Amino acid sequence: MESVKMNSNKEGARIGFYVCHCGHNIASVVDCKAVAEYVSKLPGVVVSRDYKYMCSDPGQELIMNDIKEQKLNRIVVASCSPLLHEHTFRNATEKGGLNPYLCQMVNIREHDSWVHSDRAAATLKAKEMARAAIQRVTHHHKLETKKVPIRPSVLVVGGGIAGIHAALTLANAGKQVYLVEREPTIGGHMAKFDKTFPTLDCAACILTPKMSEVGSHPNIKLMTYSEVVKVDGYVGNYTITVKHKPRYIIEEACVGCTECINACIYTTAKFPDEFNEGLGKRKPIYMPFPQATPQIVVIDPQTCIQIKTGKCKKTCLEACLDRKAIDFNQKERFSEIQVGAIVIATGFKTFDAHRIPQYGYGKYPNVFTALEIERMVNASGPTGGHVVMRDGSEPKSIGIVHCVGSRDKKTNHYCSRVCCMYSLKLAHLLKEHSGAEIYNFYIDMRTPGKSYEEFYDKLLNEGVNFIRGRVGEVTDWAFIPEEEGKLIIRVEDTLAGYVRRIPVDMVVLSTGLEHQPDADAVRRMFNMSCGSEGFFLERHPKLAPVNTFTDGILLAGCCQGPKDIPDTVAQAGAAAAEALVLIDKGYIEQEPNTAFVREEDCSGCKSCIPLCPYSAISFDEQKKKANINEALCKGCGTCVASCPSGSIVQNLFEDEEIFSEIEGLLLDNINEKFAQGKTTQEVLAK
Amino acid sequence: MKYAYYPGCSIQGTGRAYEESLLPVLKELNIDFEELEDWNCCGATAYMSVDEIKSCVLASRNFALAEKFGYAEIMAPCSACYLVLNKAQKYIETSKPVAETVEKALSSANLKMTKKIKVRHPIDILLNDIGLEKIKQHVKRPLKEFKVATYYGCQLVRPYSTFDDQYNPTSMDRILKALGATVVYFPIKTRCCGSSLTGTLPEPGLFCAYIILKEAIKRGANVISTACPLCQFNLDGYHDKIEKKWGNVRIPTLYFTQLMGLAFGISEEELGINRCIIPLNIQSNQTVSA
Amino acid sequence: MQRCRIFMQELVRTIKYESDRVPGFGNEILKVPGCENLQSCIQCGTCSGMCPLSIYMDFTPRQIIELVRSDFKNEVLKSYTIWLCASCYVCTVECPREVHITDIMYELKQRAIYEGYYPNHFPIPTLAREFFATVYKRGRVTENFLAVKMILKSNWLDMFKSWRLGLNLLSRGRFPMKPENIQNKEELRKILDTVDKVSIDTLGGISHIGNGTKTKTN
Repeated sequence: MESVKMNSNKEGARIGFYVCHCGHNIASVVDCKAVAEYVSKLPGVVVSRDYKYMCSDPGQELIMNDIKEQKLNRIVVASCSPLLHEHTFRNATEKGGLNPYLCQMVNIREHDSWVHSDRAAATLKAKEMARAAIQRVTHHHKLETKKVPIRPSVLVVGGGIAGIHAALTLANAGKQVYLVEREPTIGGHMAKFDKTFPTLDCAACILTPKMSEVGSHPNIKLMTYSEVVKVDGYVGNYTITVKHKPRYIIEEACVGCTECINACIYTTAKFPDEFNEGLGKRKPIYMPFPQATPQIVVIDPQTCIQIKTGKCKKTCLEACLDRKAIDFNQKERFSEIQVGAIVIATGFKTFDAHRIPQYGYGKYPNVFTALEIERMVNASGPTGGHVVMRDGSEPKSIGIVHCVGSRDKKTNHYCSRVCCMYSLKLAHLLKEHSGAEIYNFYIDMRTPGKSYEEFYDKLLNEGVNFIRGRVGEVTDWAFIPEEEGKLIIRVEDTLAGYVRRIPVDMVVLSTGLEHQPDADAVRRMFNMSCGSEGFFLERHPKLAPVNTFTDGILLAGCCQGPKDIPDTVAQAGAAAAEALVLIDKGYIEQEPNTAFVREEDCSGCKSCIPLCPYSAISFDEQKKKANINEALCKGCGTCVASCPSGSIVQNLFEDEEIFSEIEGLLLDNINEKFAQGKTTQEVLAK
Repeated sequence: MKYAYYPGCSIQGTGRAYEESLLPVLKELNIDFEELEDWNCCGATAYMSVDEIKSCVLASRNFALAEKFGYAEIMAPCSACYLVLNKAQKYIETSKPVAETVEKALSSANLKMTKKIKVRHPIDILLNDIGLEKIKQHVKRPLKEFKVATYYGCQLVRPYSTFDDQYNPTSMDRILKALGATVVYFPIKTRCCGSSLTGTLPEPGLFCAYIILKEAIKRGANVISTACPLCQFNLDGYHDKIEKKWGNVRIPTLYFTQLMGLAFGISEEELGINRCIIPLNIQSNQTVSA
Repeated sequence: MQRCRIFMQELVRTIKYESDRVPGFGNEILKVPGCENLQSCIQCGTCSGMCPLSIYMDFTPRQIIELVRSDFKNEVLKSYTIWLCASCYVCTVECPREVHITDIMYELKQRAIYEGYYPNHFPIPTLAREFFATVYKRGRVTENFLAVKMILKSNWLDMFKSWRLGLNLLSRGRFPMKPENIQNKEELRKILDTVDKVSIDTLGGISHIGNGTKTKTN
């Protein structure tokens, strides 16, 4: 009979094997009993058990007791992804008295039961994967974790409410925080809002105290009009390069007196004001808004005559003679900071309403976006809180269109989560400010938050019209004379079952939330992942919602997905706490999967040195051998693969371990088929 | 390249002015084309309501004929034909059972479809193969007095936006502007004219037509241009009934090719403009510009 | 008194029992090429809002979709909505869930014709069937002949209402005097007949014969 010999186990291996049912997650597809029985017959296996939940305390105790009673020296657990429970089972192994690295996991959930439905085939796959691990684990040996100190400082990227809250939390805990904001002021989107739902408290009243606290906090180094351009290092030891864009103002010298703005050669403001969504005007030298933090003006090089042509009377310079804060020759500059952890709070961008031409934004003057209305109803906004159309007259009827750029496969498939609530808020404010008849057009009213449903109820009782139906079109052609000159909303009132045409004076588009346009570049820079909708991906949607797949990089706010202010603040606090967990431990334990050089085989060719992304390899001139700094090595394996003499070895990924795993996966299966009397041809034919 | 000209049934019946104006315009611009020999009905809207697969098969026979005679592209001036031919291709591409049925049916008559014949609308060809510059060179009588509401109709850009924007098509606008005409803002250029209903359920069909005629007048147009024989028929043929119901909205509806022909200096008779029920009463600029 | 009597006459039960449904109908439609996205519908009503003809419909397109997937076959196939669809595809293009509503409407029309759901003398299916038969016979369609036939078969009195249009067309040379034909009619019929045979295997056993009626051939 033909046969291929299974790689004999190392002398004296006593292996304990445990297969987990994970309730029905695994057991409904994989016959766990059969797997345990099969493994029990493999060479070196002393104990083989199946159990409902291996990760539970009794499950772990099984392992610990068996180690003691059966004198086990290797452990294999077949269950879920190591990402979830490798730590658990290594711990149990250690508690049982063994080195934790003598434990190996087999993922028969994500890699088997969750992706297959054929029970027989899935069971066979589980057996084969278990056999591979049994083969592998005999080659494991004791390893020690290494401890690397962590820098007690944190970088927060983005100065919206998420970044502000995370920075303040960390700073109040006594940590050094660097807050980098791309715009001239912190505050983000929240600073533009008029009121906040559902309590209708003024956004500025609750935000600006926190902004000024950031500005004056001794532990926070605020860098506005700046961007992170480079990230080096790893958890605990990041080196960040920050680009400071020229604001043409010497930040240290400016006190925010705004005399320069008054003195500007433009006597009236002429340019669209970003903070007011273009509804108001500003000068080339401006303060973004009265409570801007820091209180430093900025010059827009696109519109400043001096910067554009060099031919201005420079009246602003005269106004600032005492402080000499204006510097037309300022160039962008770069600085470097060292941090241990990073909180990403880069926020969102609102959906561009032009992308749905049917809604007429940009075509009909009286179609507005929700953010424009936020500014319009604000008492310090461009119209002083008066609701007016572009021609200055007051609307008598207003339609609020929900789900603009949300829940639509042609734009964004997801629900933006906040639009229902902010549309309700705007409906209330618009009614309060203008007395107009308000119509809300919604697909489904989503108010799942504390006191949110009550707010909806309040609006229902305020006499706002609610029409369940997605607006097909906003248009200006009439069916009947009453519609002439109005914007007509074409919609099905799905609850009444009628198609309706509703003429209004003003339309508000409740645009959804999207990832920032440069999210992909930011993702690459910080080594994160993006979900299919473009937001940054958390490590686990339930159990690690603020962590990323890169240790030490944390997420807060809408960069991870659309969310409202309460959720954003909660997440920012969580991200700050996670950063504190890292920092306050003082060190990080690193997986001992580092590479080392077998000096006797190293030819000293130096080819590995430039390849190492962490600059961990140096050359010992005396011995003429490569040398890997264990503290710097991140275990990426690049040098191992590239070494021409095969002299570099990586812990947990040694050749014998990998090859015996592959053999275990393939060979015995072939033997089984031979045992069934199949010919070589049949076996290979699959 | 020689286009296989696929007229479609309508264009040789009630819509014959479309063909009468299209052919001289194509000749004026030296576009090489030949009528597809023994073409059959595309399997349009009404047919599809009975049997979608056979509609695909009907369309496919035309593709197979085009392939047999060595054409690479079919030119279909009727919007409905244009859509159905495109749709049949999509169906055959995406559904294996449909593809198999079509293949078996064609092979029973020794026909086959091995390559994809591209379906083109004359607007597409004029704009993208000939170009506005060349069209401008042939203009002898700029359409200065013409204020045109460009009406694309539904099936030209939906559901497949093959050569123009689905929501706001501009291809016909650009051609007419090149002829010297004024194109008015017309927000319902792709709204259905209701022609598939007018013959059977007059009220809804006519209401659709009424809205289009009324808006065209309101936007300051003195002529509607269309690219579909069914639209032309529906917008032109029922003014007496529309007027009785909703009031006078008389405005002539011409094929865009008739407008092109006028600009190229071809006579009204030759272009079949006298076939319109609502007569064209715009005196175009008679001075011949070199 | 009069009002009351009318009211009583018109009173019909509107509750739907499970026995009013035809289980499996929705799934049948779902399997037709082009109708796959039916289940994704979120009942937002964009289709009805954009539809130029929904203003005349008994059920809005959105309701039709819901009725289809809830297996209310009789209600759907008896509705006027499916015949009012002018296939302008605006619903298909606008649908946020990419439901091909126009294709679903086509499928429903086919089933209604096949199962004889439409009222007698109802002109639209009559036109469709005449169209179908003419193509089988001649390979091309000559609209005015078709229209005359359709009117004769549905409501011949309508003929008199259209006299002015006919006259207009006649006087402008838009009323062809003899119907168009293709040369190779035999070839076309052969092709169409073959579909009847093969589609039984590939497309679920429903076939359609040349005069526009569907028959079950298996």
